[in-house]
Amino acid sequence: MIRILACVLALTGTTVSAQTLKVAVTTSFHNSGLSDILLPAIAEDTGIEVQLLVVGTGQALRLGEAGDVDAILVHSRASEEAFIANGYGTHRREIMYNDFVFVGPNADPAAVADATSAADALTRIAQTEAIFVSRGDDSGTHKKELSLWDAADVARGGDWYRPVGAGMGAALNTAAGMDAYIIADRASWLNFGNKADLDLLFAGDPVLFNQYAYIPVDPALHPHVKNDVALALEDWLTGEHAAMLINGYTINGETLFTFNAQTGS
Amino acid sequence: MGDIWEGISAGFWLVVTLDPDLVEITLMSLRVTVTATIVASCLALPFGAWLAIRRFRYRRFVIAVLNALMGLPPVVVGLIVYLMLSRSGPFGVLGLLFTPTAMIIAQVIIVTPLIASIAHQAIRDIWAEYHDLLISMSTSKWQRILTLIWDGRRALLTAALAGFGRAIGEVGAIMIVGGNIDHATRVLTTAIALETGKGDFSLALGLGFVLIGLAVTVNILIHAIGRTERDGKW
Repeated sequence: MIRILACVLALTGTTVSAQTLKVAVTTSFHNSGLSDILLPAIAEDTGIEVQLLVVGTGQALRLGEAGDVDAILVHSRASEEAFIANGYGTHRREIMYNDFVFVGPNADPAAVADATSAADALTRIAQTEAIFVSRGDDSGTHKKELSLWDAADVARGGDWYRPVGAGMGAALNTAAGMDAYIIADRASWLNFGNKADLDLLFAGDPVLFNQYAYIPVDPALHPHVKNDVALALEDWLTGEHAAMLINGYTINGETLFTFNAQTGS
Repeated sequence: MGDIWEGISAGFWLVVTLDPDLVEITLMSLRVTVTATIVASCLALPFGAWLAIRRFRYRRFVIAVLNALMGLPPVVVGLIVYLMLSRSGPFGVLGLLFTPTAMIIAQVIIVTPLIASIAHQAIRDIWAEYHDLLISMSTSKWQRILTLIWDGRRALLTAALAGFGRAIGEVGAIMIVGGNIDHATRVLTTAIALETGKGDFSLALGLGFVLIGLAVTVNILIHAIGRTERDGKW
């Protein structure tokens, strides 16, 4: 058995060089297409080959806790602070933000386009019992959605409320198929290829602000993580070139992310 | 219907232009699945043969369990392998999580019962034919197993190909243990899942047709090399 295992290892020869870094990122970060812009630039400027694990924020935090990744890039402030308080990460560095938007059928049966706030929009959806797709996967977007429902103080959970337990793109596909309402981050929505009859209906409420933060996994807890490389990546992500690429990334003329890292801390 | 046509043409162009990403992903798919199939066959074929000729107390039970394991849910296998290989799991020090090796381990676990089960069925039939001859020649247990495997090679090839088929199209386990990392552990099935998530159905379908084409090509090639279906041999 050992011999077979050794054969397997020799056959597959894991190609991991010193300068690769495993980072767990949220599906919304990756589905937006920004990673395709940043990764080549990171490799060119720093020589770091970033290996992205695209998961929900909940799973990204779990991977960080287990020490299976070197750093995480997520967007759910409360969970991030708990992550650091529990000693899994060294510190939290804000990188950039965008916002969440309400997407729904362009016929708009719940008149979400006329809503005055995010809470109002959810109330309208609940009152008309229009079909609403929830991520339901413990991701940053899902946590945001739940906090919005709590703030709106309306009952959900009828037949019209459908948690799909999937990533941003898959949930958008489901919403497109059912002509349903859904909350998505702006970047994923703009980059989504299967919009069908869906339209962006409501945005702009300050509570829909969506901050992305970078957290290196604590090497004191997991000695094997490449903390020095993770810090080098942090330097790059908060630097000028990153600011230029992030602010300059547009789809159809719309800016997707706004860089807001505090430089030189 | 439009999506399907777009998918076919997207797949066609990917293949014709030998898209470098496609080549890399396809080679990774082949490397993982071929290795997994070979390792699984090395374990499963002798085990299937042994199970066919050996009589022991819980034989029926073992065979029933083996048959049931053919339906092993890949997602569960992926999760268990993940927990084993995770840095906080028992084999964490090996640092194998999110590498092709981890994907191979998961696929070996998934296809071994399938190959062993089909191999067992095939060899049991041959054993019924060869039983008296091999006993009368007072062969050893290993000689019997090797003879049966050799004479049943065509049926066993089918068993291995069934394992290959299950592994090449599998996505649940390798997504969890491989992580679908670009240029590291991305294979055809996880790439398809990714493109579907982006809503890019034509590229996803294109990759899907490439995957189907690959499976067909491998099967035809194996049959051509094994010279089955020729010279009056079936």
